[in-house]
Amino acid sequence: MSTPTTQAVPAAVGSTTAQRRRRTSRSHTVAPLAFIAVAVVLFALFFLWPGALGLMYSFTDYRGVGDLNFIGFENYQELFADEDFYRSLSRTFVYTALAVPAHYVVSLGIAMLLTSSLATGKTPARVIFFLPWLISPIVAGVIWRWLFGESFGVVNFVITSIGGQGPNWQTDPTLALILILIVGTWGGTAFNMLLFIAAIRNVPRSYLEAAEIDGASAWVRFRRITLPLLAPTSFMVILLTTIGSMKEFAMIQALNAGGPGTQNRLIVQYIYQTGFERANIGYASAASMVLMVILIVIALIQLRFDRRRDLS
Amino acid sequence: MKTLRAVPSTVILWVLAAAYIFPTAWFLLSSFKPGFELFSLPLTLFPETWTVSGYATAWNRFDFQQYFLNTTIVAVTTTALTVFVSAMTGYAFAKYKAWWLKAFFICILATTMLPTEVIMPSSFIVVRDLGMYDTLAGIIVPSIITATGIFMFRQYFATVPDELMEAARIDGVGEFGLFLRIMLPLAKPIAVVLAIFSFQWRWNDYIWPLLILRDPDRYTLQIALRSIVGADNIDWSVLLSASVISLIPMIVLFAIFQRQIMSADINSGLKD
Repeated sequence: MSTPTTQAVPAAVGSTTAQRRRRTSRSHTVAPLAFIAVAVVLFALFFLWPGALGLMYSFTDYRGVGDLNFIGFENYQELFADEDFYRSLSRTFVYTALAVPAHYVVSLGIAMLLTSSLATGKTPARVIFFLPWLISPIVAGVIWRWLFGESFGVVNFVITSIGGQGPNWQTDPTLALILILIVGTWGGTAFNMLLFIAAIRNVPRSYLEAAEIDGASAWVRFRRITLPLLAPTSFMVILLTTIGSMKEFAMIQALNAGGPGTQNRLIVQYIYQTGFERANIGYASAASMVLMVILIVIALIQLRFDRRRDLS
Repeated sequence: MKTLRAVPSTVILWVLAAAYIFPTAWFLLSSFKPGFELFSLPLTLFPETWTVSGYATAWNRFDFQQYFLNTTIVAVTTTALTVFVSAMTGYAFAKYKAWWLKAFFICILATTMLPTEVIMPSSFIVVRDLGMYDTLAGIIVPSIITATGIFMFRQYFATVPDELMEAARIDGVGEFGLFLRIMLPLAKPIAVVLAIFSFQWRWNDYIWPLLILRDPDRYTLQIALRSIVGADNIDWSVLLSASVISLIPMIVLFAIFQRQIMSADINSGLKD
């Protein structure tokens, strides 16, 4: 997963292949060009062009229709003075900071259980853990909303019937965020778990058996052998979960619509509402650009960690 | 001794599994309750009277056939295109060398870091200006390229020995024939896995259809569900059954391809 940042020139190859390369060099240029042509066009149209356009719009007062006027850094000035923007952004950071460790620990733990030689009933259990992958974020939100309804949900029904006071899962901002965290983890486990299961199976048995003979406890074996060997997978899970949490939107829409009020409105919802409900494309584009910079910084930091680990 | 040691792991595993299945099970069982029973205390796990009236209402009140048809068109078309384009692109990345291939590969990598959600205002304008607003094409075309698919094929084709290609070239097979007649059939297992993943992404897609579709006749299932859940007074009886109905195709797909999905070596890919 470490990305080369420089564009290397094709390395010199052995002489016989080099000759054949030269002979067929024209078809070796035309053919790959044809193979990637569709992807290049789509990439240019739906990533490059919107990216450039977004940057331009962020300096205008474009509202989706009519003329656009360049207004310099006005959008950015307004954005950095907008408390709602900061609230959305910091809520997104809080959510991501909680979601990443939660996803990581839960999916790794379940993957360990599902590959352990001790537990029984692993095959049906694996199917159960995988089921949420089939469920769309919208339906996932609906399922949990039904479960955690303040007055009608089964969770509060059970709590009140054993004599407790049903928590305000919808009207308390902190509890609502915790609920979002639970649903996100529940939905995200399946995919990460599959990644971990595949990686755990690749850990050489002989290492673990040798350590066991030497008297290493299960925890030491996990900590000293399995976990270091899982590093590339861990890196990927963390990176993907970070990006996924930063752009969480659909599930929250169905679960509590970012409520109560706008307390749990994460950044993508903020962009959606300013851009489309208030038809302020220019302003929303400025928010988009800020989010883009944040994501690039996060990705670069994580790639850097990954590279440092490769070197050590 | 071994069975005794197995107890804690097994117990933890099944407590967790129960916690994971409970929300869905509760939801499914509730969908068979009649409307008045949904909110009547004390709540019971199983319906006292089993009924499919919620399903009948949902099916009649909403144009589910249309939503199913729209979602199927989008998911199937996008998946077919995604598999083919990813195979071509991944093949070029794996088997040819040029600086511009490397440069484009980095571009594709960047798309995973910068998902469409991030630039949605301007992406929307682009799709609209291409004349694809409120059309199914508007959700299909922008979703075709996925870094995951391209990576999967790239990894796979990199393991195919170059000798095979050289031999075919000596036999006079052209570059395109080589790809279409030899390489593509070889990559069938990857194509199947990517097809399943792509179908799931598109079936469950939310943000693009939300932005692009305006006419209810073109709604996908997720947008239709959203219109029920976004109402001021949620009709839970309808919402429960409608949600369950929307899950059926994915459950069927999983039942058929369970083995491929569970053993898929997705380490090389990324989630979309």
